[in-house]
Amino acid sequence: MSAPQAAHAEPKAAAEGEWEPKLIVFCCNWCSYAGADLAGVSRLQMPTNFRVIRTMCSARVDPEFVLRAFASGADGVLVLGCHPADCHYIGGNYRTRRRIALLRVLLEQYGFNPDRLKLEWVSASEGAKFQKTIKEFNETVKELGPNPLTEE
Amino acid sequence: MSNKIKLAHYWGAGCGGCDVALLDIDEKILGVAEIADIVFWPIAVDGKVKDIEAMPDGSITCTLFNGAVRNSENEHIAKLLRKKSALMVSFGSCACYGGIPGLGNLTNRKEILDLVYTGLPTSDNVEKVIPQPATHTKDGELELPVLYDTVLTLDQVVDVDYYMPGCPPTTNLINEFLGIVEKHVKEGAPLPPKGAVIASQKTLCDECKRKKSVKKIDRVYLPHEIPIDPEKCMLEQGIICLGSSTRAGCGAKCLEGNQPCRGCMGPTAEVLDQGGSMLSALASVYKVDEKEALLTEENIAELMAQVKDPMGTFYCYTMPKSIIKRKVVEKKKPVKKEA
Repeated sequence: MSAPQAAHAEPKAAAEGEWEPKLIVFCCNWCSYAGADLAGVSRLQMPTNFRVIRTMCSARVDPEFVLRAFASGADGVLVLGCHPADCHYIGGNYRTRRRIALLRVLLEQYGFNPDRLKLEWVSASEGAKFQKTIKEFNETVKELGPNPLTEE
Repeated sequence: MSNKIKLAHYWGAGCGGCDVALLDIDEKILGVAEIADIVFWPIAVDGKVKDIEAMPDGSITCTLFNGAVRNSENEHIAKLLRKKSALMVSFGSCACYGGIPGLGNLTNRKEILDLVYTGLPTSDNVEKVIPQPATHTKDGELELPVLYDTVLTLDQVVDVDYYMPGCPPTTNLINEFLGIVEKHVKEGAPLPPKGAVIASQKTLCDECKRKKSVKKIDRVYLPHEIPIDPEKCMLEQGIICLGSSTRAGCGAKCLEGNQPCRGCMGPTAEVLDQGGSMLSALASVYKVDEKEALLTEENIAELMAQVKDPMGTFYCYTMPKSIIKRKVVEKKKPVKKEA
């Protein structure tokens, strides 16, 4: 798999003086990881300050993973899965979206801006949507600034 | 007297329920007096800190420390007792996971003091006097412990040998543990490995006698909103029960009393974050029907908003021991735009 190599490699040093967020992107094996792959082989340009973690299904992303990502200094966490009705495991993504919705409420109670966690559907054919999602999420998190846990 | 073990029991930020739990072991308490000299137990016996300070290091056989650590006195005594004790037991949910006082991590020292001393409708504090660590009076200096911003668990402050969770730990668990210590002292029986949790290794569902079938719920209810079937799984009735994310060992007493588990026994060994684990479980039991693919993310957010207070529900006893540990404050910094 060629595409997410950019993501696995150490992100490029940011331009002088500009803060670059650290993003964690969970991709499901069947749709979104292939979508990321397509974005890569299509040479779509996007920020490189994200790390992809492949899971078999977006529902494999335990809320604990997301909390650990924030505790380890991630500034934003993106969870990508198959579109509704397209889940390889029939209903995994439905569980994911319930979890993420609830987790966003919890993150807000913890004092985080809930926009630091985003769920999006990216299919295997949507390389362009992967690119767009990354670009937009990067902008959102940039606006929010560094993870308050790493701020002290 | 010389062959008796020495026992200490101290309270940090707790409610005193754990102290009562130790008294509550019925006639076994006489057995405790038989095998042990109680050297320090502020709620029940007269003992002074300076007496403990005068004891040789490691001379207390076992200290049961209940309550979280949230002020300088809690920390000082925890460190003192650790030095003087061979075994340090984190006793009760507050010491193990922060417990109910741990929810103080949703706020901070300033907010707490301001509210309690000046902000309540019943407070009459015109000069806004707030307790200070040191106060000068004409008769000398008065000292008070310093309240911390963050509630800590015992093991975040000192090295802990055993954990005995529960709010409070049940009579059975206390007896089991005292039995182990007694056997060790009298017969040289081996102690459990360091770091052991004196409870079950499974989740509460394993102990709960309710009938469990398919978990599919439309919505959640508070326990007073519906008549609860005493035979059927709580979660299947739409009542948030933390049993599936909580360590067993308590005997599922709350469920016997027709109330859902609130998670005081903390997570099992495999789980880092009890709240995250329960959040995941609850989200998964919401029913999915054929219209699911048509639902928007807003619909789903609305559905999950039925859980009014995820923090208070899922982290009722474990916030200081959770992955994030305390409330954070976003400082939205101006972003440097490219020229």
